[in-house]
Amino acid sequence: MKFTRRDALKGLGGIPLMGAVWWAGAANTVAEKKERSAILEQLNIQPSLPSAVPGIGGNPIRIGIIGFGIRGEQLCRALGFATNEWKEEMRLAAEEDPKHTALADFEAQDKLNVQLAGICDIFDYQANKALNSFNTPDNKMERFRTFQEMNRSGKVDAVVIATPDHWHAPMAIDALENNIHVYLEKPMTHTVEETYRLREAARNSKAVFQLGHQHRQTLSFQTAKDIIQKGTIGHVSLIQTNTNRNDDNGAWMYDIHPDASPQTIDWDMFLGSAPKVPFNKNHFFRWRKWWSYGSGLSGDLLSHDYDRLNCVLNMGIPDSVMASGGIYTHRDGRNVPDVLQVNMEYPNFNTGSSQPKGKEKGMTFVYSATLGNGFNRPTILMGHDGTLELGNQLTIWPDGGSTRYTDMIEAKKMNPGVPIYQYNPGASTPDGVASATSQYFADKGLMWTYINGARVDSTFLHMREWLSSARNGGKVSCGIQEGFEEAISSHMAGLSYKLGRRIEWDSEQEQLKPIEGIDFDEALLASM
Amino acid sequence: MVAIRNEKCLVNSMVLLRLFIGWHFLYEGIIKLYNPDWTSYGYLASAQGPFRPFFIWMTNDSMIGMADWGNKIALVFVGLTLLLGIFEKWGAIVGALLLALYYLAHPSFPWVDQLNVEGSYWFVNKNLIELVACVVIYQMPTSRYFGLQRIFSKKEVMTHTK
Ligand SMILES: NC(=O)c1ccc[n+]([C@@H]2O[C@H](COP(=O)([O-])OP(=O)(O)OC[C@H]3O[C@@H](n4cnc5c(N)ncnc54)[C@H](O)[C@@H]3O)[C@@H](O)[C@H]2O)c1
Repeated sequence: MKFTRRDALKGLGGIPLMGAVWWAGAANTVAEKKERSAILEQLNIQPSLPSAVPGIGGNPIRIGIIGFGIRGEQLCRALGFATNEWKEEMRLAAEEDPKHTALADFEAQDKLNVQLAGICDIFDYQANKALNSFNTPDNKMERFRTFQEMNRSGKVDAVVIATPDHWHAPMAIDALENNIHVYLEKPMTHTVEETYRLREAARNSKAVFQLGHQHRQTLSFQTAKDIIQKGTIGHVSLIQTNTNRNDDNGAWMYDIHPDASPQTIDWDMFLGSAPKVPFNKNHFFRWRKWWSYGSGLSGDLLSHDYDRLNCVLNMGIPDSVMASGGIYTHRDGRNVPDVLQVNMEYPNFNTGSSQPKGKEKGMTFVYSATLGNGFNRPTILMGHDGTLELGNQLTIWPDGGSTRYTDMIEAKKMNPGVPIYQYNPGASTPDGVASATSQYFADKGLMWTYINGARVDSTFLHMREWLSSARNGGKVSCGIQEGFEEAISSHMAGLSYKLGRRIEWDSEQEQLKPIEGIDFDEALLASM
Repeated sequence: MVAIRNEKCLVNSMVLLRLFIGWHFLYEGIIKLYNPDWTSYGYLASAQGPFRPFFIWMTNDSMIGMADWGNKIALVFVGLTLLLGIFEKWGAIVGALLLALYYLAHPSFPWVDQLNVEGSYWFVNKNLIELVACVVIYQMPTSRYFGLQRIFSKKEVMTHTK
């Protein structure tokens, strides 16, 4: 047999085909990668790394808990203390679903040098629950009947306040006046007047004040700050933030505990400055539904969204606010709205511009909320050059009409429908998120952040920063100035809704522009 | 069993089928090989159907690297064997196994959610068809007619006759 030309052709014919396919695949992939890295290089966005905080040396910081309800328990876990009941519940949950890592995450959390020394909750069941789990030979804990007593006992260096909103300012002011460090839950205050008094108290106190907007620790927000500062999306003229929930829990219809009675609850201490009404379990557990104790969407949820953007843009208090809405989805006797639209105007705000000087200035911040639909509307920042979706992940799309990216778009190197940047630090971490409401918070970056791919409770980072600053000095992320801006902006929204009028801010005088015949705080508290 | 009217035509068609499948596998493999960001994580994590737990298990930290590399190497292997025409039976077996995994991760069962699919399928989808094509290639090897095997087997014959 002879080796013919035909043999060579048919024997080796596959080789050029292989070469062609290999070359095409490699060339396409490499070219695409080059283009992407050219874009990324031009954007030059620096993903933020967690800031290092000095450790808490010396004796443990003695902490008093004021208000040990839903949030109080979460804050204690962030401090390293979980109730036996919770641990058991999470153990069972993990047994059922191995992806349920709440207990493992809790146990993996770094230990803070703290002692839970005091508990003050006016509901016996909650106070005893804390004592049963936390009062151990390693951690002596004492119950105090009132916060005033605890603040003056000399047994606590710091307090964590997680009571209903109408108690926030009085409790924080009392602690600060006694030079006790304060971690205060949002919203910072319940009326306009007490916002100024609390600011005064914080300024005059030796103690450190931190407001509980834990998302300030979320790395994606810090990265977003870099994105805006570099002019990546140009002048932002509109921001849209939203609340979309469609379940009773999301509408603050929390469970009523069977042990609740006038014997187990100090009702007068619950009421505080609120109008005197007879004992009412509905009010006690579902206080967010009435202006006397809470502030509905504007204080409970707008405050989060406002501060999420204030930490990225530092835009401060709006020049004016208009709001409207109503009680449309939960007509159950509540007096706070369950559908609310808020427009905040910033006519002089500018995030930088790619166009002729003076052409662009001013921005509207929109908060749009309903408790009757759960469709996920993300937070978006709309700039002349691009759109940024803000959450635990970040996505940037170039805009078809962008000035900055005209060349790239014409050269087809960018396409308005395709993101030019995506930040997803937890991409390889599967989440086992339980309920719709917790997914809502997680998407907003309110539950955890990712450090080197591992999930870390942002509340833990926020409290650690506060404690470190209390012991070592140094700035906190959400101090009294940030809190002042959050409180005034939320109150402006609440007032505009209630009065049906535009509420204006006088930044020179640092006060709301008066409206004749109207007492703002009276309006804010009125049960309309 | 079957009467083949034009054997030559059949062999040529088989060669074409083999080359195209090899082409498809090689291109898929090369694209993934040259993209360091590629991972099978999403495909596995979103798996549906009765074998979902197995595919989810593959996404855990200790497995995912192996899954990614195994997939890339297997794709390129199948591509090279079928295109070059050497060890094509092995290529056909590995190809069929890979396709079976792809099919089982996202089976076209009517009671299973169809994620990210173009086209409409009822039990049979393109993965399954390509799988059967691999089986046919296994049954009717053509590398002695078109492929490196032709050269090797010739040599063998030549050395034998010497
Ligand atoms: N940062 C966040 O993500 C976040 C999340 C949830 C709640 N919060 C905030 O936390 C606060 C508490 O909310 P919650 O859901 O835990 O409410 P809750 O009703 O579950 O808990 C409040 C607790 O405070 C106690 N209390 C009431 N008056 C008191 C008083 N005078 N002295 C001592 N204890 C008193 C109650 O007995 C109750 O146990 C709210 O201001 C809320 O806005 C913040």
